[in-house]
Amino acid sequence: MNETMKFGVVVFPGSNCDFDTFHVLQNVMRQETVFLWHKDSDLQNVDCVILPGGFSCGDYLRSGAFARFSPIMAEVQKFAAAGGLVLGICNGFQILLEAGLLPGAMLRNKNLKFICQHVYIKIDNNKTPFSQAGKKNQVLSIPIAHFDGNYYAPPEMLAELERKKQIVFRYCDENGQLTEEANVNGSLHHIAGVVNEQGNVLGMMPHPERASEKILGSADGQVIFQSIIDYLEKKTDSRKKKAGRITRPVVSPLPPHIGNL
Amino acid sequence: MKIRILVSLKPSVLDPQGQAVKNVLHTLGYKSVKDVRQGKFFEIELESLERQEAEKLVPEMANKVLANPIIEKFTWEIIEG
Amino acid sequence: MIDDGTLANHTLTRDEYDLIVKLMNREPNLTELGIFSVMWSEHCGYKSSKVYLKKFPTKGKYLIQGPGENAGVLDIGDGLAVVFKIESHNHPSYIEPYQGAATGVGGILRDIFTMGARPIAVLDSLRFGPLNNLKNRSVAEGVVSGISGYGNSIGVPTVGGEVYFHDCYSQNPLVNACCVGLAKKDRLFFARAEGVGNAVIYVGAKTGRDGIHGATMASAEFSKEAEQKRPNVQAGDPFKEKLLLEACLEAMAKDLVIGIQDMGAAGLTCSTTEMAAKAGTGMEINLDLVPQREDGMNPYEIMLSESQERMLIVTGQDKVKPLQEVFNKWDLEAVVIGKVTDDGQLKAYFHDELVIDIPVKAVVDLCPVYRRPVEVPDFMRKLAKFKLPEMPADLDLNQVFLQLIASPDIADKQWIFRQYDHMVQINTIVLPGADAAVLRLKGLKKGLAITLDGNSRYAYLNPKRGGEIAVAEACRNLACVGATPMGVTNCLNFGNPEKPEIMWQFKEAVEGIARACRQFDIPVTGGNVSLYNETEGQAIMPTPVLGIVGLVDDVATIPSAGFVGQRETIILLGENKEELGGSEYLSLVFDEEKGRAPELDFTLEKSVQEVCRQAIKQKLVRTAHDLSEGGLAVALAECSIKSKKGIGFEVKLNDQIRTDALLFGESQSRIILVAKEKNVGKILALARKMKVKARVIGKTGGKKMIIWHKRKKVIEQPVELVRDVWENSIPGYFKV
Repeated sequence: MNETMKFGVVVFPGSNCDFDTFHVLQNVMRQETVFLWHKDSDLQNVDCVILPGGFSCGDYLRSGAFARFSPIMAEVQKFAAAGGLVLGICNGFQILLEAGLLPGAMLRNKNLKFICQHVYIKIDNNKTPFSQAGKKNQVLSIPIAHFDGNYYAPPEMLAELERKKQIVFRYCDENGQLTEEANVNGSLHHIAGVVNEQGNVLGMMPHPERASEKILGSADGQVIFQSIIDYLEKKTDSRKKKAGRITRPVVSPLPPHIGNL
Repeated sequence: MKIRILVSLKPSVLDPQGQAVKNVLHTLGYKSVKDVRQGKFFEIELESLERQEAEKLVPEMANKVLANPIIEKFTWEIIEG
Repeated sequence: MIDDGTLANHTLTRDEYDLIVKLMNREPNLTELGIFSVMWSEHCGYKSSKVYLKKFPTKGKYLIQGPGENAGVLDIGDGLAVVFKIESHNHPSYIEPYQGAATGVGGILRDIFTMGARPIAVLDSLRFGPLNNLKNRSVAEGVVSGISGYGNSIGVPTVGGEVYFHDCYSQNPLVNACCVGLAKKDRLFFARAEGVGNAVIYVGAKTGRDGIHGATMASAEFSKEAEQKRPNVQAGDPFKEKLLLEACLEAMAKDLVIGIQDMGAAGLTCSTTEMAAKAGTGMEINLDLVPQREDGMNPYEIMLSESQERMLIVTGQDKVKPLQEVFNKWDLEAVVIGKVTDDGQLKAYFHDELVIDIPVKAVVDLCPVYRRPVEVPDFMRKLAKFKLPEMPADLDLNQVFLQLIASPDIADKQWIFRQYDHMVQINTIVLPGADAAVLRLKGLKKGLAITLDGNSRYAYLNPKRGGEIAVAEACRNLACVGATPMGVTNCLNFGNPEKPEIMWQFKEAVEGIARACRQFDIPVTGGNVSLYNETEGQAIMPTPVLGIVGLVDDVATIPSAGFVGQRETIILLGENKEELGGSEYLSLVFDEEKGRAPELDFTLEKSVQEVCRQAIKQKLVRTAHDLSEGGLAVALAECSIKSKKGIGFEVKLNDQIRTDALLFGESQSRIILVAKEKNVGKILALARKMKVKARVIGKTGGKKMIIWHKRKKVIEQPVELVRDVWENSIPGYFKV
């Protein structure tokens, strides 16, 4: 088949990194990208679903607690169960945790403040569809921006995550050392990103879409998006697709309209 | 029927907000404060129900929505009706 | 007949009341009185300030919309317009710091998207009492969390601003929020109720009793009872505002909006009367249809509520249904509450009874304007007599240097900025803490630079000069990122205008700002006046804050705020004068806030900025930083601290002035440029051409900061140590 691959960015009420993620996928990575409205039950035949950052539904009870009940999430659950790639960034990660698609939970940052800054993370497992374009232990500079990013899992769960190599990214210093200082939000085992047991659902607190263009200070975030593209291209099933490579994206300083959803 | 539900972090989970409150109370001179745990409080009004039904419904709602069972525990009581 | 007590509660004078009766041809009822009261308050009516605000230049080559609308609008080319404005939320932020600051951000955001622009950045100018006081810390902490709580959720980056500390703000903190938005130039929206018969639609959150009389509160002096005014402060819901933002922009894109106005101060009152007055129409509304959050609200409460996240839209009857569909999609209410009429009256019905019938023009345009008495304050004479103390012979300059670096006015504000999401929307290319914030415009070479500036110490010593310097410094900050200033918004924070000395400060400052704007050829596009910033008779220092937007032609040319490489040449543009009046040094070391504010020569200032801008455009500059609080020594130190690898410097000076003035004096019109050796000649030639004094003062490199004066090493400190002091000063105050 000669179809091109397609990315879907879910728009929850309160999502605020939806446009950013869309911009990077379409205009930087040059892949066909669509918005998926939270009230819809149609994934529009996408090959990878991204749950973007933000404050879905206001995050009023717990981060991500309400968004998981939206109609689109039922579809995302099915898509994930069938092996589809799902990436949750920041609030998207929190939603995946609340939805039970990933193990663990988020606590308030250890300093009890919102933290927005560039951090370093290292790739602990580069054998996942989300990290394969990177090297093991490669250090990436990617910003975080969250209030509840202090990853928690009970001891048995944590041990299992370690054993099954589900911890994909860990907070570290510039040289890849797991120092206490580098773990700014207080996450257990410095966890910045975890993958499910099947390896097709990843959640990460750092924002790769904020670090995918040199002018923003780092393009390391591309490693994550490139990994997904490479993985989908090589997937040897009947749904094999080509990477889109939109040759001349029309980039506007104003975000696109989400559309008549 | 009026239900009161209290959600707080499990004892095994560090509660930095509670710790911060404790520290402030200490700075203000309330030295007798031994520990503080912070939580959430819900008051839910239910259509008139049999007690039995409430006993089934409330824990279900709490587990599904109000609390995240990985980190939080809850207690509840009927305060009216 | 309305008694004196009622009038006092509505902060109206008997004369004003008589004027109302004359304009209405009858006695107003209580609701009508309430409407006049808020619309004729200082906050909405500008009655003390209007005569002076007229002095601002309001024309310029980039200007699309000047004062009089929700925000100013500038043309930045490529079919795009930038929409921007600053507003104060001082009083609410003292009473309830978190909600006060949060709703301040919410309000300024609505001013921007009301005009059809997507908000792309927020900047805040904050002033608190000294951090060694618990109450001041809790106000600062609350305000910062409020800004972060609101801005972060709605997804508009807080990209910069300024933060200062002074005892005069202990009971009157200042919270000025500035928002910048981006719109298509041909898709701007205005607050006009055009078209008789068109529908008047209420959208957004329901109306509750919150904030009733917030506008009049912001127009009265504080007393001890202020703390009891708590219910007056509105609570914000950033989630609702995010939905409102998306719904409004979508409705506008679909051409479903004719006129739109947000409900800010004075809520439904302000939006209905202003929209009708501006279009020369009237309006008829049914208060029973207004969505209400609380039971039993009366017309007075409905009209004066300041519940947040609400808008009023006027559109054609045929567009009502599609408009409601857009709002319903975003889970928001959109309710038709009335229609546009042609009689110039605002008529409101409640339970089938006509309860308001007032001429909109009287309410909006006929607020009495006062030329209040002005008088030079007594303390000005004492200030003028002040003689600079001699520099103590045994003064440890290294110690003073570190003391200045640790001063919260100068020290690292990362503790604050880190709590703001300053990156969302992925346009922020110069992060907070630099001279100016810079945003790229996706797909274009050009970018926007924005800065907020004000120095209340200068304004206290010399209000006119303070106003001039605020403009000059803001423009200088823009020059340091290679930007050309395009337009101004300002927030004028002063004490009680009924006191002649305060009114004098105000008049002088406005004249200074007006003069400087003319000099730089930039229009004032609007802003906000915040008066009555005093508690128990103690006024704040006059604090004019300038927000200036600039255009960067090519964002790839922007130099770094810190040193980039070793052995690069440091050039100083401008002259070091023996000026210590109003300096951070004088305040910190001698505990004096006296002397003469620094001089300002506009010709020199403009030339210095032009040299900087040209040199950046020609890609000759690696680092650029303007000199401000703390003077030359602090500016150099900041370049060092902000270099990624802790690059030091060695600078040699021979100026024939006092060493303390040379190091820490705050003479204006100075910029540090750092260049590679091969480009130094070109920069010096540029300066010569523009008749700007420029000279090489030293080199970057090493791990130390070293300054020589007349062959004596006067400063020598390891970069690491200075950085440590700088970074840990503010967080140190907040460690429990």
